[in-house]
Amino acid sequence: MEKKSTETQSKPKRKPKLAVWKFASCDGCQLSLLDCEDKLLAVAGELEIANFPEASRLVQKGPYDVSLVEGSITTAHDAERIHQIRKMSKVLITIGACATGGGVQALRNFQDVNEFVRIVYASPQYISTLKTSTPIDEHVFVDFELRGCPISKSQLVEVICAFLNGRKPNIPAYSLCVECKRQGVPCVMVSQGIPCLGPVTQAGCGVLCPSYNRGCYGCFGPMERPNVAACCEQWSKLGADNGEIMRVMRTFNAHADEFRKESMRYENASN
Amino acid sequence: MKNNKNGNTRKSRTIKVDYLARVEGEGGLFIKVRDNKVRDVKLRIFEPPRFFEAFLRGRHFMETPDITARICGICPIAYQLGSSYAMEDACGVKVDGPIRELRRLIYCGEWIESHVLHVFMLHAPDFLGFEDAIQMAAKYPDVVQRGLRMKKIGNDVMTLLGGREIHPINVKVGGFYKVPTRKELSGLMENLKWGLDAAKQTVELVATFPFPDFEQEYEFVAIHHPDEYGLIEGNLVSNRGIDVPISKYDDHLIEEHVEHSTALHTRVNGRESCFLGPMARYCLNYEQLTPLAKELAKAAGLGRVVNNPFKSIIVRAIETVYAFEEAIRIVESYEMPNKPAFDVEPRAGTGYGATEAPRGICYHRYTIDDNGIIQDAKIVSPTAANQKTIEKDLWNFVPQNVDLPDEKLKWQCEQAIRNYDPCISCSTHFLNLEVDRA
Repeated sequence: MEKKSTETQSKPKRKPKLAVWKFASCDGCQLSLLDCEDKLLAVAGELEIANFPEASRLVQKGPYDVSLVEGSITTAHDAERIHQIRKMSKVLITIGACATGGGVQALRNFQDVNEFVRIVYASPQYISTLKTSTPIDEHVFVDFELRGCPISKSQLVEVICAFLNGRKPNIPAYSLCVECKRQGVPCVMVSQGIPCLGPVTQAGCGVLCPSYNRGCYGCFGPMERPNVAACCEQWSKLGADNGEIMRVMRTFNAHADEFRKESMRYENASN
Repeated sequence: MKNNKNGNTRKSRTIKVDYLARVEGEGGLFIKVRDNKVRDVKLRIFEPPRFFEAFLRGRHFMETPDITARICGICPIAYQLGSSYAMEDACGVKVDGPIRELRRLIYCGEWIESHVLHVFMLHAPDFLGFEDAIQMAAKYPDVVQRGLRMKKIGNDVMTLLGGREIHPINVKVGGFYKVPTRKELSGLMENLKWGLDAAKQTVELVATFPFPDFEQEYEFVAIHHPDEYGLIEGNLVSNRGIDVPISKYDDHLIEEHVEHSTALHTRVNGRESCFLGPMARYCLNYEQLTPLAKELAKAAGLGRVVNNPFKSIIVRAIETVYAFEEAIRIVESYEMPNKPAFDVEPRAGTGYGATEAPRGICYHRYTIDDNGIIQDAKIVSPTAANQKTIEKDLWNFVPQNVDLPDEKLKWQCEQAIRNYDPCISCSTHFLNLEVDRA
């Protein structure tokens, strides 16, 4: 990519309009776009960044060609807003564990949210919140879900390029184990007896945790058709107690179906 | 206070920003002006609450660095290290030597990444009159490219030590899962040296920006350590007499819940609002700055204390110089430790931790039981603590500028908020800009 300034660009056909939206989240996934330092100005050259409040005051009206949605639905207002965004977007892509799996804030789904409000806020009457934190696809049709807490920058660039060119994104749905083997990283579960969620977690992080001598904690969410029960049994054999297994299932993708169900099994077992 | 009748002669106006741009998270501003007097200022924080302090109850103490990191994608290290220090405090473990040095190094990476993001991409466009850094890049391509490269170097430090720049996976209570070799660390050196040079040029550049005349009185609060610029450990100090260990934080800084914000406000016990962040650290830790940083500050026209919040951009650039220097020092003197972490065994008790996030003090307090299960958690983000001061600035700033047309006044108010580099995602437990001149 050339780092020419945008001044000299001729005016070919209309550039596709990109919008970035935020719901309940930590901002990390949209920050990933700004973290594409090498590619940022090049991407900005190919696209019209029409709505990205974290980066710009400039707001253009929809419709938008591609919307990136970060965060989960936790308020009645947001549950309405996502429908408006869907109507304005030709393609809607959710980015990150909050938008695709409810995020860490979905831990409220297993408890009484009113108690949560009372623990954190002195005047609970000022707070309006839903009982649950839910992924975007429980509310509107989603064209593509990009996983991760946070998402991978290279996967983000791949997904944007794919939709701009009308092709399917090349994002694998297999497990982290496959990625680990390909990179030649020794299995931490087999060689060091460290409990690891690699067998049931979708690849994409680039084998971070096992490369740093720790077990995967599932931040990319469940892979396609995972055998979560078998993985958790292996955790037991390696000495993890029921409480620990329940907790690891309930972190950043707590509302993802396969993890949620297994966490409930272990919750019942530990009671 | 000037009051010429050229501009707005309407009796009342509302300045309203529904969704503040170039800040992290969701907030707005509402200002009501009647007869050229400010009647109301509300920094509105409508970022939905996520209840970290509630769902941390019942979690294991070793999980806190991973979980609390998710409060903020821009400053995860502040949460990872703050919670680690608090747990180590509760369990009676003191982390020192090379592991402590590596903690400072990864934090320098976060300061560089976050400060450079704010200086170049979020704040500089205000001073130069651009909507965003991408527009700015068309006129100043070299400046923006330089900023992006500096930011990347900060991220590279975080990635090497943490595995990735957002929500690093290598930080744990007691230290790290894996520590780098000397050779791996020295790979950073060439870029760090380039970055230091670029940071010096950044100080020179931002010092030439136009600054509104806006000197204010503040109670600055920061972490102070006698031997180093406050970052990871030290006492809680202020320019009005606070000087206590972190365990006394709750006696001095009080949180209050107001209706228009999902972020709790902070005030100093018995006094008014407090000011956290780069200007506070500069005031309270000036002696611990490096000779080069002091020299650059002087050349940029800064006094011993900076009281104009618009000049926070210069202080941020000075701190970026410091962070590059400190990173270089650590890389040069690093000796790989025998073990990547200290062993931490849980014991019942309460622990306190506070570190200097890029935006100011990030405070943690946890109570755990003998099995390490969390019974109670309290986390205070710097932006939450600064909300009252931001509102106070606007109360004072608007009357001076009430003659400006609405659009211009609105932009300047936004700029006044961005002086604090607010991170709204963090502060909700934690912003909408409206100015009502009716």
